[in-house]
Amino acid sequence: MRTTNTRAVLRWLGILAIVAYCLAPFYWMLVSSLRRPSDQFSNSLVPNPLSFDNYDAAFDPRNGFARALLNSLVVAGSTTVLVLALAIFAGYAIARLDFKGKGPVLAIIVATSMFPGITLLVPLLDVFVDINWINTYQAMILPSMTFALPLAVWNLTAFFRQMPYELEEAAVVDGCTPGQAFRKVILPLAAPGVFTTAILAFIATWNEFIIALSVVNRKDMMTANVILSLFTGQYRYDQPFGTQMAAGVVVTIPLVLMVLFFQRRIVEGLTAGGVK
Amino acid sequence: MSAPTQTRPPAPRRRPGQAREGAHRQAAGARRRRAGIVRLAALLLSPTLLALALVVGYPVLAALRLSLTVTDEGINPETGLIERSSELGTQNYSDVFKGDTGDRFVNALWNTTTFTLATGALVTIIGVVMALIMSRAFRGRGLVRAAVLVPWAIPTVISALLWKWVFSTDGIANDILNTKILWTTEGFQAWLAVVIADTWKTAPFIGLLVLAGLQLIPAEVYEAARVDGSSAWRTFWRITLPLVKPALVVAVLFRVLDLLRMFDLPFVLVGPRKNSVETLSILAWDEMSNLRFGPAAAYAMVLFVYIAVVAYVFVRVLGADIIGRGVQGRK
Repeated sequence: MRTTNTRAVLRWLGILAIVAYCLAPFYWMLVSSLRRPSDQFSNSLVPNPLSFDNYDAAFDPRNGFARALLNSLVVAGSTTVLVLALAIFAGYAIARLDFKGKGPVLAIIVATSMFPGITLLVPLLDVFVDINWINTYQAMILPSMTFALPLAVWNLTAFFRQMPYELEEAAVVDGCTPGQAFRKVILPLAAPGVFTTAILAFIATWNEFIIALSVVNRKDMMTANVILSLFTGQYRYDQPFGTQMAAGVVVTIPLVLMVLFFQRRIVEGLTAGGVK
Repeated sequence: MSAPTQTRPPAPRRRPGQAREGAHRQAAGARRRRAGIVRLAALLLSPTLLALALVVGYPVLAALRLSLTVTDEGINPETGLIERSSELGTQNYSDVFKGDTGDRFVNALWNTTTFTLATGALVTIIGVVMALIMSRAFRGRGLVRAAVLVPWAIPTVISALLWKWVFSTDGIANDILNTKILWTTEGFQAWLAVVIADTWKTAPFIGLLVLAGLQLIPAEVYEAARVDGSSAWRTFWRITLPLVKPALVVAVLFRVLDLLRMFDLPFVLVGPRKNSVETLSILAWDEMSNLRFGPAAAYAMVLFVYIAVVAYVFVRVLGADIIGRGVQGRK
């Protein structure tokens, strides 16, 4: 008979395998970034000696990486704010107000998130060329809304639905109009849902590539993802993997920290949309 | 009708005194309130719908028009200048299937489909296994969950660079396998590298979504199965899988739609204009970057229709319930 002990051991081995599967490649990126550039092809599991030369190289002014990080922040930040400002109202209306046709409205909003980016990008680029929007922030921010806005509406709808209906009922009994009930009662209580949605929208926009790649060709307007894929070496190797890994760690660290601090919220947000 | 203005059948709760009011007045009040709610809903929804009409609705229609616009360049015999003329026609679409461009299109369609099938199957299996392992409560669960989110959080471009490094000639993959495979050059191995990298990044995410579905299955169901002497294998196929299916189908649907428009990973890991990994998105992008907007839009529209058909099949045949829960009132 298989004892409970063997089962427990097997389970822990499984957990260990999952963690290794998820973290090993990321660990390899971290380790590779911390080697001396001359040790780039060493395959030892611990960098010895430790060196930050790759990070210096990544931030070499010729790469324009610092500026690219700022651009990423501007694009992801503005998209998040813009999208939330719209989605809070839409999410509330769909989740809490009783009106005909809300099913089709939500279906349309969700369906737009399934449209392939390239289908939207081809005509948008055509327009952006005509109106001189190439190499501008708005040319990255507006198309980013195509995926961030449905995501935000979807998440906020799920969140608003979970709030107790007695809140508005009490507000209405106290003489609030539906609009006031929303402003004075619901909105302040919705802060956690808004925050979670902001994190998800920010991560989605921070990771965006095809739009930023297509509407910008000037180096000082490129986002971190785009400039990283175009890095050329400061050292003698064809492809400066060490530098790229260092820059990759820099781009990823804010996201990994968010994940560590807010994992519960993020998982709630992700699953509220898909499964529940 | 009394106060409730939100999604919900009217509650029988009434304030004292309300009962004395005339039924007529009540009905008029309810109608006024109802109109108020509809107006409020329209007000709250219109900014979002307007924005989507602008950034999604307009581009889809414009893409359709672009794809039906045939541009010809020719030298005007009178002035000697190069002139562009545009007219409506289906030439962009007929070119999609003809000659060299036809071969390139079929190849991209094949890659898009095989990437979707292979990666979709792999992430589903690995995701379900991960979810089953994580489904029991254990200490340190929060940390494991954070670890599972790491591949999801890493930008696709960064993960592509990371795997390019792992798969480089002198990289760790060849070192571990004791091979000298040129992973990221044309050939089946490049296709495989993309599948591996994408599976790594997205399987844990499927695992999390399935895990959320698993946790909704009441313990009593398993209890009953055990009492009836059902084996673990049988329990999985007969109980766990059917009950987790709604969550799984939605998770896989979203993954599959993402796979069909895959761009970043093959583009960065292997590169553009590489036969072995060129997807429909990359093909359309390449045409666009050469300012051939008409053909680019035609490819993009074909991809659009392909995705719409797959989504339709998922919703109709597999019963993916993507919005049903969104419009339910309170439980």
